[in-house]
Amino acid sequence: MARLARLSLTDDELHQYTSQLAGVLEHAADIEALDIEGVPPTAHPFPLVNVLRDDVVAASLDRAEVLGQAPDVDQDRFRIPRILGEAP
Amino acid sequence: MSQSTYVTGADGALWEIVIGLEVHCELRTETKLFCGCRNAFGEEPNTNVCPVCLGLPGSLPVLNRQAVEYAIRIGTALHCQVQRSIFHRKNYFYPDMPKDFQISQYDIPLNADGWLELPSAKRVGIVRAHMEEDTGKTTHLGGGGRIHGAAHSLVDYNRAGVPLVEIVSAPDLRGAEEARDYVDELRAILVATGASDGKMEEGSLRVDCNVSVRRQGDTELGTRCEIKNLNSLRSLGRAIAYESARQVEVIEAGGKVAQQTRGWDEADGRTHSMRSKEEAYDYRYFPEPDLVTLDPGEEWVQNVRSSLAVMPAERRRRVAEAAGAPVSSEPVATVVRLDLDGLVVAAVAAQVDAALALRRLANEVAGQLAETGPTDMGPDAFVRLVKMEQDGELTSAQARTVLKVLVSEGGDPKAIASGLGFEAMAAGALSGVVDDVVAANPKEWERYAGGDDKLTGFFIGKIKAATGGNADLRAATELLRQRRG
Amino acid sequence: MSAEARTTPATALAADVRAGRRSAVEVLEEHLARIATTEGDVHAFNLVTEAHARAQAAAVDGAVSEGRDPGPLAGVPVALKDLICTRGVPTTCSSRILEGWTPPYDATVVTRLAAAGAVFVGKTNMDEFAMGSSTEHSAFGPTRNPHDLSRVPGGSSGGSAAAVAAGYAPVSLGSDTGGSIRQPAALCGVVGAKPTYGLVSRYGLVAFASSLDQIGPFTTTVADAALVLDVIGGHDPRDSTSLPDTAREKAASRLGRGVEGLRVGVISELAGAQGIATDVAARVRHAADALAGAGAKVEEVSVTSVVYGLSAYYMIAPAEASSNLARYDGVRYGLRVPGEDITDMYIATRSAGFGPEVKRRIMLGTYALSAGYYDAYYGKAQKVRTLIIQDFEEAYRSYDVLLSPTSPTTAFELGAKTSDPLTMYLNDVCTIPSNLAGHPAVSVPFGTGDDGLPVGVQVLAPALGEPVMFQVAEVLEAAVAGAPGGAK
Ligand SMILES: [Mg+2]
Ligand SMILES: [Zn+2]
Repeated sequence: MARLARLSLTDDELHQYTSQLAGVLEHAADIEALDIEGVPPTAHPFPLVNVLRDDVVAASLDRAEVLGQAPDVDQDRFRIPRILGEAP
Repeated sequence: MSQSTYVTGADGALWEIVIGLEVHCELRTETKLFCGCRNAFGEEPNTNVCPVCLGLPGSLPVLNRQAVEYAIRIGTALHCQVQRSIFHRKNYFYPDMPKDFQISQYDIPLNADGWLELPSAKRVGIVRAHMEEDTGKTTHLGGGGRIHGAAHSLVDYNRAGVPLVEIVSAPDLRGAEEARDYVDELRAILVATGASDGKMEEGSLRVDCNVSVRRQGDTELGTRCEIKNLNSLRSLGRAIAYESARQVEVIEAGGKVAQQTRGWDEADGRTHSMRSKEEAYDYRYFPEPDLVTLDPGEEWVQNVRSSLAVMPAERRRRVAEAAGAPVSSEPVATVVRLDLDGLVVAAVAAQVDAALALRRLANEVAGQLAETGPTDMGPDAFVRLVKMEQDGELTSAQARTVLKVLVSEGGDPKAIASGLGFEAMAAGALSGVVDDVVAANPKEWERYAGGDDKLTGFFIGKIKAATGGNADLRAATELLRQRRG
Repeated sequence: MSAEARTTPATALAADVRAGRRSAVEVLEEHLARIATTEGDVHAFNLVTEAHARAQAAAVDGAVSEGRDPGPLAGVPVALKDLICTRGVPTTCSSRILEGWTPPYDATVVTRLAAAGAVFVGKTNMDEFAMGSSTEHSAFGPTRNPHDLSRVPGGSSGGSAAAVAAGYAPVSLGSDTGGSIRQPAALCGVVGAKPTYGLVSRYGLVAFASSLDQIGPFTTTVADAALVLDVIGGHDPRDSTSLPDTAREKAASRLGRGVEGLRVGVISELAGAQGIATDVAARVRHAADALAGAGAKVEEVSVTSVVYGLSAYYMIAPAEASSNLARYDGVRYGLRVPGEDITDMYIATRSAGFGPEVKRRIMLGTYALSAGYYDAYYGKAQKVRTLIIQDFEEAYRSYDVLLSPTSPTTAFELGAKTSDPLTMYLNDVCTIPSNLAGHPAVSVPFGTGDDGLPVGVQVLAPALGEPVMFQVAEVLEAAVAGAPGGAK
């Protein structure tokens, strides 16, 4: 799970988090008591539909400003360490 | 049944190649899917970027109406159900993705359950055609520009957020040739909808391929491998050939094909394992909370349907009917593919010989265009030329010569013909030639007049020689026949 | 230090500045002076932007002298929670991972406040990425409660609450995902409102849990809260979840009307159970009595599913957060800790850049979304959300507003709850249901508890019910002011 989230945890942290998360999940088990058969899920508090934008060009950012924030830059691109595999 | 639909095993047994394709199509919008940055190819790196497409903290996506319009056009052209849909987040870490998730559609795509008809008249199922955003572009430095062995990489986010429609076919394709036909057909459809420029070389269309094999006659599907990095139709064909042979070899050696994602290496002509299903990434899909439901509704879909251009399959049907040719025949496919079917239709409208028109277009014109590129020949000129040939004003040889000029330079067929010295031989003039030939060969004429049809060829040859090949030979044959009574 | 340090309300300040009775610069300097005196103890701010504020104040004065109206917040000092993007001013979310990042754009609320004449005094401290209820989970050290420096100000918008309580600004903005405005407002003795989801644009608000987050104001008066909401609220085409403006009444539109004839339901599930301290419960009863005394019809009402809100919230919010926080990867901005390859770099950067509470929630959220668990956790939580909405709808058929405690207790000691996350999470039990439903709610100071520290009472209203919510809140405010002894 930590690897999926791109985090490394010390053994202490791992131990602590595992028991804490278990506690939270245990508390969350109270939901089991609810009859939710057939209840539709709510992803948004309000069911808005078709919020659309016209296909009109707006100003982009200044490149110097964008790259000025980057930890490492080369040839006007973001420079990163080597990638070991193709995109999944 | 083409040879390339099967792999022949070591024992001579035939293995069927089963293919499903996933095609990513970039939409020709002015701006990106969720922001107002320009959707353009080949610009200076990191110039078409803003807080939204860079995934800056606090930025939010807003859906581009025109991208939806194009996606609906694609769905409609592919006979899909165009439906109420939502967006999901597909979570995975990769540096070409500014938010480290991709906004895509998951279990409720905009377009589902359609089909596409190949020129062979075979229908290929379309599972879905959903909307999603493109990634940025990564350049690898060191290691020969390949990802493996590179010292480091550089990222340009101009492409990040460009609108895509991903079209997923059913595993209905058999072999490399049919897979290529499918991509060709799909490309033609996408261009016809106006949604895509169809440029594979610029990455506007990108193909991933699922390959499996099974013994001839089996009905169960084999275990498939997904092949990525196919940048051309040529790569697609080669990769399928390699991969299907590899799978047959694995099975025949007593092994099992592992479900894998494999990358195609153009240089060594092989596929290489990228990761197995066990390592398959857990994308943790969940509904994108920053976007709302997309429900195009009946009216929008109807408007698209009624304004959509005629798709290639329908054009083939029309040409086939007009010319009395089978819809799955090669000439029909050829004229539609080359956008020449309008000329056949024009011939029908002018009541000239449509079958002749189809023949000339699918053979002479298609052959010439393959060498020289597009033509300015208008339908009027073409129809007049066909009529001249049909009426015997030009021999078929002459007509082909005029057509060649017409295709490359345009102009008026009559003027071209006279410029070439193909003066229309008036019926009277031809009749005079026939008189001369008959007078000069009395013995042969006696036999012919007595019913010996074998001499038809003799007289036609003489007439041909006397006219320098400019006679309408059908008309000449008719004159000979009339003369003997 | 106490509530005496409070500033003049924004409504009055703006009126003075617009009329030319006071200059915006003078108002600003008065607040900067207060910051200079006690901020060293309180640590409400990550950054005080004096120079920027002085320039803004001078511009406001310039407008007044030229006869132009600078707007309804003319010269009002405003503090912004440090997860609201400000062009050219660092925005850290109190995280190491964003240290040094300067947004190239303003949040919509920032643009709207500036257009209304507000003067930005600084960026306030918070729990890292808004994850916490005490402002102890900040990479830059905790904020302390101005009423008692040994106590927490609440969180996650603790800096914004403390800034108003300490008189550093009459107005601040916070964000509320599960109670992050209302709970610190209660603990610091100020007004804190979470608007209807979609009323205030989230564009430029660094996301914690997108389907729950809302920006809202801290103020010293109910009228100020309504005023600020009317300035920052309204449709924004940059936020797809922003509600259309049709049928929306101004938040301040029902102020001054009293509560005669209104129906108020006290949520029985939240009134006295679930670890609500007895002094807090007593204050809620007093509030109910005050409303009844002012002519409202007050009854207990059961909203059964609210008790499951906490569980649903701790599935939904971390899940969305795990995805929202993936982008902090060391590639484009913020912290990078070098690594051999890209994955090493990601892991090194994120492990060093995020604090323990953020990591805990990312882990929880990653788990809740992972294959095989989605239906059991995230999917189920979304259904609980539906039940809560249905139960609220049922209650609002009979009541105009609902009443509950804001926080189960008054401000607790620093360090009291950091070791057990579940105890900390229980702070939000009364506030979370409004976030899950997308409904507005406001915490109004209503006297003090046995320890002499502020207690907040929460007024809940249905979607877009801000006008009636503030109408009721204003009566509670008046009841406390009218009976300072009796309100205790
Ligand atoms: Mg895709
Ligand atoms: Zn952009």
